[in-house]
Amino acid sequence: MPFIPHTEEDIAEMLAKIGASSIEELFDEIPPELKSGKLTRVPPGLTEMEVTRLMLERAQADGFYSNFIGAGAYDHHIPAAVWQITTRGEFYSSYTPYQAEASQGTLQLLYEFQTMMASLTGMDVSNASLYDGASALAEAALMAVRQHKTSRRILIPKTAHPNYRKVLRAIVSNQQIEVVEIPFCEESGQVLVEQIESFGQEEFAALVIPQPNFFGVFEQVDALTNWAHQKNALVIAVVNPMALALLTPPGEWGDRGADIAVGEGQPLGIPLSSGGPYFGFMTCKEELVRQMPGRIIGRTVDLDNKPGFVLTLQAREQHIRRSKATSNICTNQGLMVTAATIYMSLLGPDGLRRVAAQSHANTLALVEQLEKLPGVKRAFSAPFFHEAAITLPGAVTEILQALKAQHILGGLSLDEFYPGQRNTLLVCATETKTKADLDQYVDVLSQILKKINK
Amino acid sequence: MLIFEHSRPGRRNYSQAPITKAEKSNIPKNLLRKSPPLLPEVSEMDTVRHYTRLSQKNFSIDTEFYPLGSCTMKYNPRACNALAMLPQFLARHPLAPEDSGQGFMACMYELQEILKDVTGMAGVSLTPMAGAQGELIGVMMIRAYHEAHGDTKRTEIIIPDAAHGTNPATAVMCGYKVVEIATDKEGDVDMDALKAAVGPQTAGLMLTNPSTLGVFEKNVSEMSRIVHEAGGLLYYDGANLNAVLGKVKPGDMGFDVIHINLHKTFSTPHGGGGPGAAPVGVAERLLPYLPIPTVTKTDKGAYRWLTEKDLPKSIGRLSAHMGNAGVLLRAYIYVRLLGFDGMHRISEFATLNANYLMAQLREAGFEIAYPTRRASHEFIVTLKEIKDKTGVTAMNLAKRLLDKGYHAPTTYFPILVPECLLIEPAETESKETLDAFVAAMKEILVEIQKQPEMVKGAPHNMPLRKLDDVKAARELDLTWKPAS
Repeated sequence: MPFIPHTEEDIAEMLAKIGASSIEELFDEIPPELKSGKLTRVPPGLTEMEVTRLMLERAQADGFYSNFIGAGAYDHHIPAAVWQITTRGEFYSSYTPYQAEASQGTLQLLYEFQTMMASLTGMDVSNASLYDGASALAEAALMAVRQHKTSRRILIPKTAHPNYRKVLRAIVSNQQIEVVEIPFCEESGQVLVEQIESFGQEEFAALVIPQPNFFGVFEQVDALTNWAHQKNALVIAVVNPMALALLTPPGEWGDRGADIAVGEGQPLGIPLSSGGPYFGFMTCKEELVRQMPGRIIGRTVDLDNKPGFVLTLQAREQHIRRSKATSNICTNQGLMVTAATIYMSLLGPDGLRRVAAQSHANTLALVEQLEKLPGVKRAFSAPFFHEAAITLPGAVTEILQALKAQHILGGLSLDEFYPGQRNTLLVCATETKTKADLDQYVDVLSQILKKINK
Repeated sequence: MLIFEHSRPGRRNYSQAPITKAEKSNIPKNLLRKSPPLLPEVSEMDTVRHYTRLSQKNFSIDTEFYPLGSCTMKYNPRACNALAMLPQFLARHPLAPEDSGQGFMACMYELQEILKDVTGMAGVSLTPMAGAQGELIGVMMIRAYHEAHGDTKRTEIIIPDAAHGTNPATAVMCGYKVVEIATDKEGDVDMDALKAAVGPQTAGLMLTNPSTLGVFEKNVSEMSRIVHEAGGLLYYDGANLNAVLGKVKPGDMGFDVIHINLHKTFSTPHGGGGPGAAPVGVAERLLPYLPIPTVTKTDKGAYRWLTEKDLPKSIGRLSAHMGNAGVLLRAYIYVRLLGFDGMHRISEFATLNANYLMAQLREAGFEIAYPTRRASHEFIVTLKEIKDKTGVTAMNLAKRLLDKGYHAPTTYFPILVPECLLIEPAETESKETLDAFVAAMKEILVEIQKQPEMVKGAPHNMPLRKLDDVKAARELDLTWKPAS
């Protein structure tokens, strides 16, 4: 019996103690008509050896590619120590740290994480994570509406990740919150204050500012932040934590800084893994802390005045406040945060900056080479971080198929998300790509384009 | 000591970042940060030591018995982790083309099919990233169903008072008013209260069965009839599915929508508070509203994602990609190890362990909250009488258990039982472990009689003594600040 230690003798003794004649008798309060028949679609059990073989076959079927797709999930090197420590049983198999005295390891780690994220984003406080970047944005919007009090309208530019916009809409529309998508400049790929002025004529609770945006392009964050603040709205920054090793943190945008920063934590030591588990992070100004959803760790002392850590401000949370909680969130992404905290410790400020700078440099080098190919050009004029939209002289889907035949995942076609951006590819080259990788990409693409244009 | 206190300016790990500084850059100067972030500058060895030592300050399933009620702390097989972390699975980008992920997608498709079978539901979506998100998605589907039928006057969700706090919080997040109904003396939902609460304004009922009181709701079929006749839908909170897996299917109990906590019943790790995964299952009439993406198998045997184009009535997308894929892989590996025989064995041995432990603790002199009932996979001990006589609380006893090397049961939940301990010994625990736990509980009972003040001051043997929660909330210290 897999994972069940009971011997026949144990079973007999236990039943005798209970005073039951069989295990089945223990289910005698369940009405007989509800007891189900056999399972028909669950296969027979396998040994670990058999399952290993099955999973190795499945993994091999998926294979390896040279990956140039970004679009919200990024391929960075992860030091071996990160997951070896993270999957220690004491982190891997522990529960939420409700019993503080038996959970100081997780609690201290989360306090360190909060410190790192607050500093990286230039904010006062951080929570201990949310599910992913997209749902973190939705929680930030709900938080902004609670704080703003008079408006239930959120402005989000079309340069924000298309899936984030979908998740935002799906979650906040339950509470009669209006999501208004605002346009961007088709030439630069940025949101321009002069183009969005009309959206500010009606009151709004918050403006979402992605930095960099979905096209990899840098937004004019200072101007946008000041614009929203002048209209008495909050500013929600959606940021890539890796980029923040180089960029002005949201807390310093404009004259007053953004109010809430959220984003996808995946670049910090989390494998791509088909999209999850990742983690969402959220930081904010001190005055908003009581509106913040999710777990928050605080430092305190024990009876002997020794420093220690506890879950705090639990009066915001569902297990205390029930229907009056700031969110229904209970479980967060603790283990992912464990990995991210170890990752940030191993990299340090200099290491993180080097990874970010090399990723930026690689993408810039790739784009400069690609631009030399006939018919290939940048889709947008504004500078970018480690991802860029490029226009190709042919149908992107076919070109991507041809690249894949050479074991290259060439990027993401934007056609599906932005029907206006025809033949446009979103391409990303992180620090994991060598000069040879970039050259190979350019060579293969060049040959494909020659064939197409024949 | 915090990691920041190990930091020395200029120390770095040369193997872990590009050696040469990237020269190429076109980032505008005004966008560059002026001061570096507060990240530690520590060696790789110091980092490994620091976090290894921190891990040793945790209780975990791998190191202690963890009878935490309603959390199903069972053994997390190592194979599930090792095989979900095969390099090809880790390297796969979520937006990589479907034909480069057929191995992964086959696992997801089969997991959907297996979960449909064990729950008796018509369709399953794997995307929810935690129990509370599963609930949110489930209630959104209820709402979408009523709206699609022009039934806009349904504004209330009925929830028993024993429910998890996530239930009412979720209903409110979906824009509903919560109507709480009482529990009777036997631990079942008060049927008169239910009848009084139900009406044309009822959108649905959220029910956990077996309930968090550790008993099976005997009247579940009657409840289903009452709610359905009023036009409401039934939501099954799968928090306690471990108790009935392979015995009762929520679909057979009349539920229209359910969520399953894979981090409970299907043994994916709790990870110190996530990531979880909570697939939702629906009855036939809610199929069009399932969240995207889900996996389908084409006539040619290939797997592909279903998106908005396939499911135009879907409530939409609730995660940037497809939820906690790596967690889902672990659950898939677990169900393949168990197979169909393993499914009902889970509930059988979880129930055997709970009833045995309940009998032993009753014999030891502890008061069982619902003594006339069978335990499901968990049960409640109440310390009300002990507290009245000695002043020792459920929390004091919980902390004393830590001293004896046991994680505490769930305390003060459900709220309606005073001074309660909700105890759940999962099926993976042996009789010896349960017996040793009973012995520890007996010792504490003696200590409560002889040295109540000592018990009130617990824990004594942990790295720290009782922590000051009030100070933590009043004098907020949420981030470390370097001495200036």
